[in-house]
Amino acid sequence: MFDLQPWPWYITGPMITLTMAALLLIGRRFGISSNLRTICAIGGADKLSDYFQFDWKSQRWNLVFVLGTLIGGFVAKEFLLQDAPVDIHPSTAEALQGFGIQDAGSAFAPGALFGAEAWSNPVAMLALLVGGLFVGFGTRWANGCTSGHAISGLSSLQWTSLIAVIGFFIGGLSATHFLLPTLLPLL
Amino acid sequence: MLRIFLLGLLFGITLTMGEVISWFRIYEMFRFESFHMYGVIGSAVMLGAAFHLLARGRGWKAEGGRALDVFRYDGKLWKSYLLGGTVFGMGWAVTGACPGPLFITLGAGYLPVIVAIIGALLGTLLYGIVRRHLPH
Repeated sequence: MFDLQPWPWYITGPMITLTMAALLLIGRRFGISSNLRTICAIGGADKLSDYFQFDWKSQRWNLVFVLGTLIGGFVAKEFLLQDAPVDIHPSTAEALQGFGIQDAGSAFAPGALFGAEAWSNPVAMLALLVGGLFVGFGTRWANGCTSGHAISGLSSLQWTSLIAVIGFFIGGLSATHFLLPTLLPLL
Repeated sequence: MLRIFLLGLLFGITLTMGEVISWFRIYEMFRFESFHMYGVIGSAVMLGAAFHLLARGRGWKAEGGRALDVFRYDGKLWKSYLLGGTVFGMGWAVTGACPGPLFITLGAGYLPVIVAIIGALLGTLLYGIVRRHLPH
């Protein structure tokens, strides 16, 4: 399996289910965005809002999980995944090149946002900062992200998670089709 | 804790090998131009539903005999799920990363993602401060 480059959806998806099921069976839950709240609480945010006044020590296991994912990303990128470009659909790559993202179709991630050149581009820095801010604010408001709602919530057949996932797509489609066409050429 | 770390390790490897942490895959998903991400999420949800149904039907317990700690979302809070979900979706499309991939991308060596992680923590902080004024 580790020889496959990259993993197809029918390996990746079931591996995600395996992660969720294993966590449940050892008495934990598969939800990652709550770690953002935990990190803020550890950093002293409990003085700013009672939202951060909770027993964060009971959430330490989830930080250990996140540390594992971070090292997993390192291991996969350094030792398993050859520097293969992400083989996106030609029309996606063509659209991106039209917006000036020249490495679309020939890189793993756009250099304009994630390469060394991003540090010297204020637009890239602002996009990452504000985009990240929306991720943090939105997932806490929605009380869950892709792991907690799309995977854990939908698979346990909760209609409220479907509402969250519909929100993910309303936001994602608006940004992709109305904001990115203006933003990407500035990168 | 070691088991949890190893599960995290496996999850980080999975999302990297499956290209879920690639900004390009998220952009492609929101253009509906590839089945890849829908296959990943769809198969994870279907298999997960099979797991939950089996677990309920057969009374599977977590270790120590406790009930499975499944998330319970409150339907009365639907406005926060829709609005918060929409805000998150916009951030997801711009950064190409949901919270898991934010950290995995850093591990994979794309250092500028630190700026998005700082943004996510600031967004969390901001939510904690203003949440009483938001619809829930």
